[in-house]
Amino acid sequence: MTAGTEAPMVGLTHLSSEDTGLGQRGPQSKSIVVPYGFWLFVLSDMVLFSALFATYASLVHATDGGPTTNQLFDRNLVAVETMALLLSSFVCGLAMITAKRGNMAWTQIWLVATGALGLVFLGIELHEFSSMIAEGAGPQRSAFLSSFFTLVGCHGAHVTAGLLWLGTMMAQIWNKGFKEHIMRRLLCFSVFWHALDIIWVAIFTIVYLIGTLP
Amino acid sequence: MTEHDPEKLNVAPGTPHDSMVSETISYVVGLGLALVLTGVSFWVASTGVLWGPGVATGLVVLAIAQMGVHLVFFLHITSGPDNTNNVLALAFGVLIVLLVMIGTIFIMSRMNANMMPDPSMMNLQMQR
Repeated sequence: MTAGTEAPMVGLTHLSSEDTGLGQRGPQSKSIVVPYGFWLFVLSDMVLFSALFATYASLVHATDGGPTTNQLFDRNLVAVETMALLLSSFVCGLAMITAKRGNMAWTQIWLVATGALGLVFLGIELHEFSSMIAEGAGPQRSAFLSSFFTLVGCHGAHVTAGLLWLGTMMAQIWNKGFKEHIMRRLLCFSVFWHALDIIWVAIFTIVYLIGTLP
Repeated sequence: MTEHDPEKLNVAPGTPHDSMVSETISYVVGLGLALVLTGVSFWVASTGVLWGPGVATGLVVLAIAQMGVHLVFFLHITSGPDNTNNVLALAFGVLIVLLVMIGTIFIMSRMNANMMPDPSMMNLQMQR
């Protein structure tokens, strides 16, 4: 027997045509494989963030006589940031719903709203960073501030990359329409965007809320 | 939730629906739950009526609940058969995240407790 004829025997399924309930032979369609692969990337990204969270939790009290979490963080700003990102995630979901049905106008409108809310989030974060640095609480002040800027800055960098990706997707949808591969890219973008919101939930809880407890 | 529509009852919260309205409602429910959990988080953090030492733990629990809401309603992670691979990957990711975070925090806090020099000694070292 050649390798070619043996190949179908490999795996959980057999040559018999009965449905074993263990799945089908051969690779899955691209619409399954691509989001799965991207999901693996997102999960590995979360592992990356877990290392940054662990670093932050270990160093949060290493302030070297500098400003502490209670002196630096403003809960009202964080509440606005949280709202902006959560609504952005929600609107991105609405864009997916309309995109699946091929509605160009509403898809572009929801994607613009997604980007605008993302920009609001990013603007507030940059404002917070610049005012902290202006107060002398920059990343070089203490180990706590180094880990803070690394963790929150890494999330902000992801949001920035996501916004660039969003603009690219809007242009591609506009030019090429709702083709299958464009929809796959859009789905990956929405997974990425929702994942950023999940990471932000961890950040606003661990860094900002627990950091400003009395 | 109407009784004459059994198919609707069998659809998990996150899975794509045929109808645009029910799919939108799923997102709205997700947004509502996330808003409630966020609001409770901010309230728990600012109110004084709760037992102080338990607040941080409560906030972590609320955050995990909200992550669950996001996973189900926004990322469409379900227990359906076509989602097994995604769920297994997620379980592995959660395992690694927990190992990294709990392991690091546990080890570093033990090292701090065992090796942190006395504050008075630190002052002496700084005066030298």
